[in-house]
Amino acid sequence: MKTLITALVVVASFTVSAWAQDMAYVVNEDDFTIEESLTGTPGDAAAGEKSFVGRKKGNCLACHAVDQLKNSQQFHGEVGPDLSDIGSVYNAAELRLRIVNYKVLNEDVIMPAFYKSTGFSRTKSDFEGKSILSAQEVEDVIAYLLTLKS
Amino acid sequence: MKLFLIGLATMAVTATAAQAQDIDWTQVTLDGYEVPLAYENDEGEVIRSGYTFRTKGTQAMQADDFENPAMWRVDEGEVAWATPAGSEGKSCADCHGDAAESMATTGTEFPKVNADGELLGLEHQINKCRTEQMGAEAFKWESQDMLTMTVYVRHQSRGKPVNVQIDGPAAEHYAKGEELYNKRIGQLDMACKHCHQDYYGNYIRADFLSQGQSNGFPTYRQKWGKVGSIHRRIRGCMDNIRAKKYPYGSYENTVLELYLANRGKGLPVETPAVRN
Ligand code: HEC
Ligand code: HEC
Repeated sequence: MKTLITALVVVASFTVSAWAQDMAYVVNEDDFTIEESLTGTPGDAAAGEKSFVGRKKGNCLACHAVDQLKNSQQFHGEVGPDLSDIGSVYNAAELRLRIVNYKVLNEDVIMPAFYKSTGFSRTKSDFEGKSILSAQEVEDVIAYLLTLKS
Repeated sequence: MKLFLIGLATMAVTATAAQAQDIDWTQVTLDGYEVPLAYENDEGEVIRSGYTFRTKGTQAMQADDFENPAMWRVDEGEVAWATPAGSEGKSCADCHGDAAESMATTGTEFPKVNADGELLGLEHQINKCRTEQMGAEAFKWESQDMLTMTVYVRHQSRGKPVNVQIDGPAAEHYAKGEELYNKRIGQLDMACKHCHQDYYGNYIRADFLSQGQSNGFPTYRQKWGKVGSIHRRIRGCMDNIRAKKYPYGSYENTVLELYLANRGKGLPVETPAVRN
């Protein structure tokens, strides 16, 4: 009984602190990675494809072209690099940093930080205090990108 | 079959843009324009009107006055110019005479600092005339009356090079505009310069990015189905990057307008331009 209660208390306090530090993750500055999954739940590549394409989600296709989507999606962007082979170039930890906050690598980059909810200027009230993607959506997009090999 | 059609449509869009890129726009002037639609500045960068980024179809709508869906406003504006309004019983023409003469370069000079040190856009100046000289009510910023009057007045300068003052009393306003142009805002955390300076000439999804020049405003936009002011366009871009927009007529939009005008210094006034 006692152990069970302790376990419950631990779980509860873990949840609370995870809320408080909403965007907690550790950047490894030596090789520009975030090793640990943001959620602990493996990403779902099919859901990731939807976030990648969705205009109200990642809208990644606005800036990046992907050959594998040429049949299903009409307009592909030219602003960022082509991602058709990105799954052979980077591992999950490298992709995670780039999606969470690319500005760690390039402070003048146009690509938004997708997992960041504060520190912006004049955010529209509907988006105040929110990140563009949720932690799980970031993991899903990573899983999708890892499937892209040409 | 469906996929094939989509493929063709995409190719058509890309091909038109590629053709537009191949033209030497520094040599191209439209009927009655004194200066070309693009020029090379001292830093070797080609400053290009939004016209040069649009499809042939959209360009054709602007190049032919009979096809331009906003040209009726020039005729209506000419009537409004000469129609008395307000308690003083005066029209614009009573003070300014023939707009073709008195307003011949006005459209190239605004926004502008007046004798009281205030930065005024054309809309602000028109409302000052109405309330202070004519005893008439101010037009609402994006109203039909205001759009028609700004189109009419700026159209008098069509083809002449934009040439706003940015030194002297305008310097502090210009500096503020430059700051806002380069400041990241909104949840997408982008500045104007990210799209219009760093990536013009590229597709961002279905949109072909231009330099975001202001020489065509008020501009007829197919998406709007009517003309809109430069403040409307600035507000639209801010909304797209999920940032809080500044109000119509605000100081922030006006200093941005001044900064944009000077970025496109030397481009011809195109009012009313046509964009998609
Ligand atoms: C507004 C434009 C824009 C959007 C939207 C955007 N990106 Fe990017 N992205 C870029 C640019 C530009 C670069 C290159 C940055 C650099 O070289 O410093 C880049 C780089 C990348 C890279 C590294 C590519 C390489 O070859 O090194 C990845 C991976 C990536 N983006 C994934 C994404 C994903 C996933 C999304 C959506 C969740 C996304 N991007 C949304 C503009 C964008
Ligand atoms: C995410 C990309 C993006 C950002 C950031 C952006 N714009 Fe735009 N802007 C566009 C697109 C797309 C268009 C329509 C196509 C074009 O003309 O570039 C446009 C059009 C314009 C035009 C009309 C150009 C014409 O020829 O009619 C102006 C002016 C303009 N933007 C100003 C601004 C200002 C000022 C800011 C900053 C507050 C800004 N933009 C930020 C994407 C952007």
